[in-house]
Amino acid sequence: MLGAFTLLLVFQLVGEVLVLVTGLPVPGPVVGMLLLFLSLAARGGAPQWLRDTCQGMLAHLSLLFVPAGVGVLLHFQRLGAEWLPISVALVASTVITIGVTALVMRALQK
Amino acid sequence: MSGRLADIWVYLSASPLLWLTATLAAYQGAFWLYRKANMNPLANPVAIAVAALVALLWFTDTPYPVYFEGAQFVHFLLGTATVALAVPLYANFATLKRNLLPLGGALLAGSVVAAVSAVGIGWALGASRETLLSLAPKSATAPIAMGVAEKLGGLPSLTAVLVVTTGILGAVLARGTLNALRIEDHAVRGFAVGVAAHGIGTARAFQVSEKMGAFAGLAMGLNGMLTAFLFPLLLRLW
Repeated sequence: MLGAFTLLLVFQLVGEVLVLVTGLPVPGPVVGMLLLFLSLAARGGAPQWLRDTCQGMLAHLSLLFVPAGVGVLLHFQRLGAEWLPISVALVASTVITIGVTALVMRALQK
Repeated sequence: MSGRLADIWVYLSASPLLWLTATLAAYQGAFWLYRKANMNPLANPVAIAVAALVALLWFTDTPYPVYFEGAQFVHFLLGTATVALAVPLYANFATLKRNLLPLGGALLAGSVVAAVSAVGIGWALGASRETLLSLAPKSATAPIAMGVAEKLGGLPSLTAVLVVTTGILGAVLARGTLNALRIEDHAVRGFAVGVAAHGIGTARAFQVSEKMGAFAGLAMGLNGMLTAFLFPLLLRLW
């Protein structure tokens, strides 16, 4: 578990450094994910210890959103002033996105 | 508050321990409630945990930066979790290659529709420019959306809130939407939730079935990458 965690941090670090050096307009962790993906492809699969750690981590993914969500405190004023466009945009866009994605996928499957 | 208690409070509120513990405890409590409610999407654990913590901060008159001193350790792991996405992404790569057209087409349509519909509706109803730019990447997973919002000129912390809200909405509204469209295939259901509602939708999908979760995770990873690479490029052209 410790080894897997270290490995993930190393990829994250390399991703961040690459973004800093190249000025790529992409968040560092995405580059880290891409590099890990390419390493897995080159190696032909992920070892069990890495799969276990990643599975455990992603099972609790929703916990990781809590601190950012509490940041709603910082935006009460803006949200109060713009609550209508924001709430309609979020609700409608989420329903439309789910619907369009599902319908396009089903249409292309045939 | 008596003097002794006040001393303890002063000590605790200056250390990250208190709010780190509060974050984990709030989530544990929220998850317990969610299970008690038979995993009803309305009892979304992120929403409950956030509401409880906001109330707690408000009652104790604690500013967000003080809270974040402790919560940052949890928040930091979002980046690491993004890297970890490579593993399920690779595990599902064969499925992706076999279904390149339906998955690629659905991803592209969903990703573009998510941004365009949110920004379009917000704009039509009079949202400010900063709000619109913060809305654009809201369907991508938080670390990616925040990074993209910053590059677009939005407010990353506002984006974080919009991303979390979108995830909760997706987790809550997916079942009704997909049932209304008579979509039964768990692969399609999962993929749609993953594109629209990133990690929170994926967490929800995994609770329904392994297959739905795998496709949601695949969609989340792909949409994150597409958002990260495509949006800054689109803005440059625009």
